[in-house]
Amino acid sequence: MKTAVIVFPGSNCDRDIAVALEAVTGVKPRMVWHGDADLPADVGLVAVPGGFSYGDYLRSGAIAARSPIMRAVVEQAGKGLPVLGICNGFQVLTEAGLLPGALMRNEGLNFVCRDVALTVETASSRFTSGYSAGERVSFPVAHHDGNYFADTETLDRLEGEGRVAFRYAESVNGSARNIAGLLNDKGNVLGMMPHPERRIEAAHGGTDGRRLFEGLMEAVSA
Amino acid sequence: MKLKVFVTLKPGVLDPLGRAIHHALGSLGFDGVQDVRQGKLIELEVADDTDDATIDGMCRKLLANTVIENYRVEKA
Repeated sequence: MKTAVIVFPGSNCDRDIAVALEAVTGVKPRMVWHGDADLPADVGLVAVPGGFSYGDYLRSGAIAARSPIMRAVVEQAGKGLPVLGICNGFQVLTEAGLLPGALMRNEGLNFVCRDVALTVETASSRFTSGYSAGERVSFPVAHHDGNYFADTETLDRLEGEGRVAFRYAESVNGSARNIAGLLNDKGNVLGMMPHPERRIEAAHGGTDGRRLFEGLMEAVSA
Repeated sequence: MKLKVFVTLKPGVLDPLGRAIHHALGSLGFDGVQDVRQGKLIELEVADDTDDATIDGMCRKLLANTVIENYRVEKA
């Protein structure tokens, strides 16, 4: 499957996600610059990488979410194209309106950079089909603004619709309901703060992240 | 025309930065502070005939994230 990675000024996990996608798909992803107006026509997944797009000016992800390429991403996501946003990518997707809520400054004000335990909340999404529901996995996090916020009504709806994909199994950043990863209503957009692309091979300290990409490839090509 | 756009967190939204400022004031001996909420002031210079709908659009589409923030515009 062909994939695309969006590159903003200040992205810094774009190479990591590209390596992960190539390792799993066998095809080098297309790197798409933020100023481009269109996505390559034949891609089956768009990844919005981590980093500090536009220096996180105004709010994390705010300027990136209004860049030309994001108009195309929003349009294609509306047509069902799978979109995966990791870390800053999650912030960009919420700012772009593809996912509800907002990611605020961590409750403890610290930049959190360590491995965290997560619970896979649903295995029925195309992004999490490589896991079992309730399974415990470990991914690194590295963020300052990962404190997920949404009003109570929205949170109840997200929970009711099974849209929480990953939950922190420990206290990390003050996120509402410990939400670490979230799906859109159609299940074709996933935003998550932890970094699965940094757990692809044994040398990374584990391969928990690889299964996200493998499961996704299987689900998308099925 | 000069515009001042005040962007503040909605009531009920946790403000860790405000809390840190509160704490720092306390450590300086300012004990009477009951709460601190911080926000942003964005100053714009726009054409005099810019209408309110345009100004409101700028606030809603970019300057504030209305999921978590309120905004107030002052014209000078």
